[in-house]
Amino acid sequence: MSVKLNTRQTGDVTVIDASGRITLGEGASALRDVVRDMVAKGTRKILLNLSEVSYIDSSGIGELVSAFTTVSNAGGTLKLLGLTKRVHDLLQITKLYTVFDVHDDEAHAVRSFA
Amino acid sequence: MALNAGESTVLDEAYPSTLESVDTAETEILKAAAQAGFDEDAQHRIGMSVRECMVNAVVHGNRYNRRKLVRVSVAVETLDSGARLTIRISDQGEGFEVQEVPDPLQDKNLLRHSGRGLFLMGAFMDDVKIRRLSPNGTEVTLVKSVGAQGAGEKQDG
Repeated sequence: MSVKLNTRQTGDVTVIDASGRITLGEGASALRDVVRDMVAKGTRKILLNLSEVSYIDSSGIGELVSAFTTVSNAGGTLKLLGLTKRVHDLLQITKLYTVFDVHDDEAHAVRSFA
Repeated sequence: MALNAGESTVLDEAYPSTLESVDTAETEILKAAAQAGFDEDAQHRIGMSVRECMVNAVVHGNRYNRRKLVRVSVAVETLDSGARLTIRISDQGEGFEVQEVPDPLQDKNLLRHSGRGLFLMGAFMDDVKIRRLSPNGTEVTLVKSVGAQGAGEKQDG
């Protein structure tokens, strides 16, 4: 299953609920398109919920990095929520765990944008 | 290619250079890994390594040229300690110099969009070998044994 992305608003934070696989092709480009569209429309606080993402390959990691830099370059912040163990391990192995602000609790994550 | 004693070829296929082939090869090799006795986590690491290798072959090696094929072979060797899986994936591309691939763990490369595929193969498999083929192409050999951890994960226990 390719990735599914749903967005919702919690205060001034936009949450993207992702589910499925973020891999080369449709999955990775869908995330890129959504984040770029949000930034173009002025969104600056984005919480990417990966708790239902079962699989990310290196292209998917690249898209997470691109999303992070796209939002950062626009003066905003992108944080991650709810990593599965495999995605957590992947970010640790690639040393990206220290780049992203990662949260387990949504309410805490939303408050951290303030 | 000659097989070692106790080694059997469980897959030997040539795939067109498409992203569908990436999924197909991953699925087939995951079946072979399960039958060889690898647990779920090891299967995940093998599958991910195969995926990265196939993507490199299709995208960077053969550049989606459908007239160029990606050859995949899988051999399972029975050892006293369990099974050893040897996966060979070759493309018909121009080839590349391994030493020119940037280290994705260096600070200056951390935020690069791409360039982590080879590193992940090395982290998840016991051994990764890359060789140029003549007249063109690259062959990557991925090896993993039941019970062994990838090089990048040994510290995690």
